[in-house]
Amino acid sequence: MAEQPLLRVRNLGVSFRSGGVESMASSGVTYDLSPGEILAVVGESGSGKSVSALALTRLLPPEPACMITGSVQLQGRELVGLSETELTKVRGKQIAYIFQEPGTSMNPVYTVGFQIAEAVKAHRPEISNVQSTVEESLDAVGIREPARAAASYPHELSGGMLQRAMIAMALACDPKVLVADEPTTALDVTIQKQIMELLARLRKERGMSILLITHNFGIVANMADNVFVMNQGRVVEQGSVKAVMGSPQHPYTRGLIGCIPRLGQRRRRLSTLEDALRESETQSG
Amino acid sequence: MSTPTLIEIQDLKVHYPRPGAGWFSKADPVRAVDGVSFVVPRGKTVGLVGESGSGKTTTGRAIVKLAPVTAGKIIWEGVDIGQMDNRTFLPWRKKVQMVFQDPYGSLNPRADILGILSEPLEIHFPKLNRSDREARCAELLKKVGLKPEQMRRHPHEFSGGQRQRIGIARALAVQPELIVCDEPVSALDVSVQASVVNLLQDLQDELGVAYLFIAHDLAVVEHISHHVLVMEKGVVVEQGTPDQILGSPQHPYTRTLLDAVPKF
Repeated sequence: MAEQPLLRVRNLGVSFRSGGVESMASSGVTYDLSPGEILAVVGESGSGKSVSALALTRLLPPEPACMITGSVQLQGRELVGLSETELTKVRGKQIAYIFQEPGTSMNPVYTVGFQIAEAVKAHRPEISNVQSTVEESLDAVGIREPARAAASYPHELSGGMLQRAMIAMALACDPKVLVADEPTTALDVTIQKQIMELLARLRKERGMSILLITHNFGIVANMADNVFVMNQGRVVEQGSVKAVMGSPQHPYTRGLIGCIPRLGQRRRRLSTLEDALRESETQSG
Repeated sequence: MSTPTLIEIQDLKVHYPRPGAGWFSKADPVRAVDGVSFVVPRGKTVGLVGESGSGKTTTGRAIVKLAPVTAGKIIWEGVDIGQMDNRTFLPWRKKVQMVFQDPYGSLNPRADILGILSEPLEIHFPKLNRSDREARCAELLKKVGLKPEQMRRHPHEFSGGQRQRIGIARALAVQPELIVCDEPVSALDVSVQASVVNLLQDLQDELGVAYLFIAHDLAVVEHISHHVLVMEKGVVVEQGTPDQILGSPQHPYTRTLLDAVPKF
């Protein structure tokens, strides 16, 4: 690729230490994220997909409880090993996150607008009219009455509205990379569709890069440019969505895709991951 | 349908007073379920889909009497259980059991698996002694793909998928004819989901138990169901075979739901 990647991740590893025992959560994660690219990360729970995304800005316990190895370069600047003060400037400002449960990501005792304003004040002190920035960003995520939404407490909004507000909070600081960790898992399918369309629009309008963590291959197929599949802390397969989903090479990927029931393709039995792994063993052995 | 009817729901309504309304308020109640009718045939699976707030869970809970029935009938072998008080309902409770969505929240963390599976047996089969119950527990664990040696363990020692298997074993303990499964696989990884769905189907083939399978995942419902109901705002907007509903949906809401599913 001639274009310089926005985010260059090499051999990223995360391990946790507790009671003298070290356990590896992920290792050897390597990828490039170009400007405006949507890169999907898939895997089961415990595969290390979230932890390796949190490790980008060290949203994890401090050393020595949690060790991060390898390299993360954001526009050529190394993030691994930065001090907490330095990282605070990267978090939210350059790499922003949205999470699975919009309800628990917000503080229940402050209004939505107050919480977005907090992020704006912290990262963009040059802005004098914070209130209008808050409302602009709520408007940008398709909330019809931004002023009213800003004055609401989290419990007064629906799950879909809250997730929009979370995205608005992330956008308010105009980040280069948005990490979306299972952003629609807790939402209904119709709302999921709206949120996905919103993310696709933001990528197009702002050229934002998105690291999309999901376990839904349907979303990967519809949204992402490239994908990597994680299992037990390691990347087992990566490439363009077309290549990985069209002809998955690794038995784990094949198993993961094969066990999903699809509309209009009824089968008597669902194949399981174990089936796929067993099959590949008999073939190779 | 040629299969005999197990349970028939006629014009079921579950209304709740609007939150904040006073005792004597004439405010319109929340119509969680507002006139739902359907039949569950013996040994078959009826899928119930809809978004959150559609009333699908409340419908399921009303059938096991975990939600108050405002009006309508739930007819089981000619008897209306809808308005029955809990004491009279007890012998029926054995026939209809429930599997819950959250495998972490639905098992008592302080009880071991033997205790969890014994409780329904103590209530519904008081004649069984301790060793009978232990034997039954071992048998149930084997049936759901767990090991009898694991019966002394506590829920936290199991994964999500294993816990859901324990929830299924608990429902099966009293040999029910109907199990209301409320989003039984939506909290599980896709790979685990496939094995739990397969388990439910195997158990149906073996034991002839019927399911009311409540879920928001249309593909899973299409896969497991013999008959599908689509609910929106407390009413059934469309019902039929999976091929009819998902192949040629008639109602605009069903089409909206189907369009929203990311396809690949």
